Amino acid sequence: MCPKDSAAQVPREVAQSPVRRRFAEFLLGGGLLASAISFLYPILRYLVPPAQPDLGTDSVVAGRVGDLRRNSGKVFRFGNRPGILVLTENGDYKAMSGVCTHLNCTVQYRPDLRQVWCACHNGFYDLNGRNVAGPPPRPLELYEVHVRGEEIVVDRRRGA
Amino acid sequence: MLARVRDWLDERFGWDELIAPLRKKTVPVHRYSHWYFLGGITLFLFLIQVGTGILLLLYYRPSANEAFESVQYIMTRVEFGWLVRSIHSWAGNLMILTAFAHMFSVLFLRAYRKPRELTWVSGMLLLFLALGFGFSGYLLPWNTLAFFAIKVGTEVAGQVPLIGKWLVVFLRGGEEVTGATLTRFFGFHVALLPGITTLLIALHVALVQRFGISVPRSLEAQWKTLPSVKREMRFFPNFLLRELMAWYVALGVLGALAALAPWELGTKADVFAPAPAGIRPEWYFLFMFQTLKVLPAKVWFIDGEVLGVLAFGAGGLLWLLLPFFDRNGQGRARQWILGAGIFAVAYIIAMTVYGYAAK
Repeated sequence: MCPKDSAAQVPREVAQSPVRRRFAEFLLGGGLLASAISFLYPILRYLVPPAQPDLGTDSVVAGRVGDLRRNSGKVFRFGNRPGILVLTENGDYKAMSGVCTHLNCTVQYRPDLRQVWCACHNGFYDLNGRNVAGPPPRPLELYEVHVRGEEIVVDRRRGA
Repeated sequence: MLARVRDWLDERFGWDELIAPLRKKTVPVHRYSHWYFLGGITLFLFLIQVGTGILLLLYYRPSANEAFESVQYIMTRVEFGWLVRSIHSWAGNLMILTAFAHMFSVLFLRAYRKPRELTWVSGMLLLFLALGFGFSGYLLPWNTLAFFAIKVGTEVAGQVPLIGKWLVVFLRGGEEVTGATLTRFFGFHVALLPGITTLLIALHVALVQRFGISVPRSLEAQWKTLPSVKREMRFFPNFLLRELMAWYVALGVLGALAALAPWELGTKADVFAPAPAGIRPEWYFLFMFQTLKVLPAKVWFIDGEVLGVLAFGAGGLLWLLLPFFDRNGQGRARQWILGAGIFAVAYIIAMTVYGYAAK
């Protein structure tokens, strides 16, 4: 550190020149601002998590024939999100998105009502995914089900 | 606008009264004044550690199965993750370096003298805590080098007589270094140590405020007899602005190091793999590590390791209590402390260089 007061050595008229002073302030302020931005920018970028690749599945084996009794359902993994597979009383398979359209809870099958039910806010869907009661604003996306041998395959309808 | 906020605060908390001591505070000016910046720079690096540490916590996973992968993820997938981790590693190392430099500058300027004994003690405890941060943080990426360094380091703790065995189990969370150790070290590193450190820093800084900044004894005497030669600088804003510039330079050095020499990650630790050649701890433990290496297996009737650990333990304790040996500040004690300080610096440097050269 300089023990002498360096400002005292600068001639008075130079030290008080408003143009020089403003220029110095501009340089100092601009430099500090640029530094601050160069620190904040990486931090902001860092805070945003890298996009998780959607596993991109359009087709998944949701279970095996005989896993489900009639009038029951189960949640299966469809890519990164859950889906729900239901075996109706008539022996038909139904599959749809397992994510409630209201606030993203995972739904379940209610055998007593023969409906898909979301426990979080008491939302109901019928077996075609239509939102029939409670707060859900939209139907659940319906998937296609094929039975191939012993496997129950669920397909997402692209462009549907 | 600013003035109104200020008035609002002043009306409620007596703002002006609160910061009045800061306005009156002065910093002595003399040819050793630049050493006064080291403590502040250490504090600044600690703040950087808190900030980058919190950022790393957003993605880090403290388990043996995931730790290495999560750090790898931070360094390869997260944007600027490599930079954040690199800054955290570099700032940690620089902080220990500046803390050591700060300690030795205080020692040689004899700033620990009455009434500042407790300032020294709290500072030494902070230095030990910094080493604890380094030791515990080193394991967290769960790479091979860290795994074996911690294995050796905790084994050394086991040489402490009587409580050694208990200490090892406490540190490792079991008999061996496993995932349980990682969980513990993570807890120490992000919760226990930061909490204690924050409290101690508050105490340390409060003590510096209370006693003012020490002036070398010869100058103090000179200034007392001839008050006209006494030179001081106002803390606010004169010294503070200089301190901030020092921080800015430290930040520049840190950024350059982190960007130009990013910290490596190494390979994932394998608990059942043999130790690779050239295992050594971080540089600040190297002088102790090297000492233990060169000590013979048996010195007289004591194990070499035990002797080394005891010697360093005793040395650390004496160092902690150093001000109490320099009571009157004259003659023998003063010479001894000066000699011990020079010896310690020389020993640390020599053993560290030896440790790197020995391979």
